Amino acid sequence: MSRNVLVVAEVRSGALRPVALEAIGAASLLAQGGSVAAAILGDAPTDAASQLIAAGAGQVILVAGESLTDYTPEAYLAALDKVLAEFKADAVLFGHTATGRDLAPALAAKLEAGAVTDVTALEVDGDRAVFTRPIYAGKAVTRRVFKQGTIVATLRPNNLPAPAQDATRQGEVKRLNLDLAKTSLRTVVAEVIRKAAAGVDLTAAKVVVAGGRGVKSADGFKPLQELAGVLGAAVGASRAACDAGYCDYSWQVGQTGKTVTPDLYIACGISGAIQHVAGMSSSKVVVAINKDPEAPIFKVADYGIVGDLFEVVPLLTQEFKKLLA
Amino acid sequence: MLVLLKQTFDTDTKIVLKDGRISEDGITMVINPYDEYALEQAIRLKEAGGGTVIVVCAGPARSEEALRKALAMGADEAVLIDPPADGDEYTLARVLAAACKARPFDLVLGGNLSVDNGASQVAIRVAHELGIPYVGAATKVEVNGGSVRVERDAEGDVEVITAAAPLLITAQQGLAEPRLPSLPGIMKAKKKPIARQTPADLGVDAPARTEVVDLKAADSSRQTKMLAGSAAEQATQLVHLLREEAKVV
Repeated sequence: MSRNVLVVAEVRSGALRPVALEAIGAASLLAQGGSVAAAILGDAPTDAASQLIAAGAGQVILVAGESLTDYTPEAYLAALDKVLAEFKADAVLFGHTATGRDLAPALAAKLEAGAVTDVTALEVDGDRAVFTRPIYAGKAVTRRVFKQGTIVATLRPNNLPAPAQDATRQGEVKRLNLDLAKTSLRTVVAEVIRKAAAGVDLTAAKVVVAGGRGVKSADGFKPLQELAGVLGAAVGASRAACDAGYCDYSWQVGQTGKTVTPDLYIACGISGAIQHVAGMSSSKVVVAINKDPEAPIFKVADYGIVGDLFEVVPLLTQEFKKLLA
Repeated sequence: MLVLLKQTFDTDTKIVLKDGRISEDGITMVINPYDEYALEQAIRLKEAGGGTVIVVCAGPARSEEALRKALAMGADEAVLIDPPADGDEYTLARVLAAACKARPFDLVLGGNLSVDNGASQVAIRVAHELGIPYVGAATKVEVNGGSVRVERDAEGDVEVITAAAPLLITAQQGLAEPRLPSLPGIMKAKKKPIARQTPADLGVDAPARTEVVDLKAADSSRQTKMLAGSAAEQATQLVHLLREEAKVV
């Protein structure tokens, strides 16, 4: 059974988000010979369409319009309406990002469809497409199928494989215009305050260096930031560190913070409370550095160092500098 | 104001699987923390500007405990709807929306996600079913007459959104630290009404669009290699292992 699959490809800070390409890979699997299209809503970076085509999109639909400059559910859903009029989709895939989480359920409700969110694996066997997702703060895993209607899913970044780029692939680029006045929107973006913490996006990062209460102060994050700099990593934090005012809540990894799935997670001075572990337990490799040998974090670590992070982290930075030089 | 609320397990609990389902034996249940932020925010808005707070819940009978706590915190009434068996997020949203439609409201608040299913779908679906706009992942809400100012969390950036009621808002962590119910609050809660309804009462027939194939415990097996030696030795060893053994750098 072939399906026509649409990927809603997200752009952030002027670049295509990696999860968009992972979604193209999933879309190709799901399509089983059907068509794969990608849509970019709002400003599209110049090379985005070619990246999506090289990843496997047969068609890229770019929707422009003044109402799309900032994300609002209303404008983006109207844009999706236009896209779906052009491309009859049996399935629509999003990244499980702030925008994906905000938009996918509304689209599903509109289509009277089911949705499976935060998908970490996809298996397709003939007509059957099975979506895996974590539940109960990552302690259990469930697999779900669609009984009827359009498939809507959001994919957790850095979990599904990114397809190989093939520059010889051909694809069509369509441009649509959304004639919607910004002034007619019912929710208006008055201001966007970009937090000073620029750098690597925590939820898509391949390496994360995180600090907990053991960091002891805002300055205490400096050695971690240096290590992150050398590794090209994002910096995260436990809730305890955020609550203590050592860093902004946007750094928080955990059940009520961000979920990360990096290849490498280095936990410094983090005790390893369940709520924190929920946010990073699917990291491929976990390193824990803590003064307390009984800290629960060691149970979920692949490698453990019992020691003072203020001693160990700078030493690691030095060693990595040598290695990666 | 309407608050969408559910009861969930306390995340500190170990979970046990029985016959492919999560066993509820001996589990401490709590108000879903994100719904609790929404509830607290609604109560604060009521305290500042008047109005009522009605809590709407689709869940099993044990949810009554969570509803009594909500009433003790300051909600005025609660509605508990028997959920359809094997309903999915699509089903739940249809049921909750039907219950909401039966009551007048300016604002609907709910949690961004629930800590058990973690789908982050239901509240936003309800907004669509109600035909009202929504703002998700709110970290601050201010109401001035009929106009609402919401700060929302967009992966670290803060977006300031303005809108008019009717509006649905989902709560992100940090929206409003929930109060502990006071003793007088707990006493008053005993007399506040909890209406019971069924999907049939609400005229809802929304069979699930998805179904669960299976449910397994997460594979949490990691063999921890504890390093030894001086700090310098451990650092060198770790970097070597991460490159040669784990192959992640």
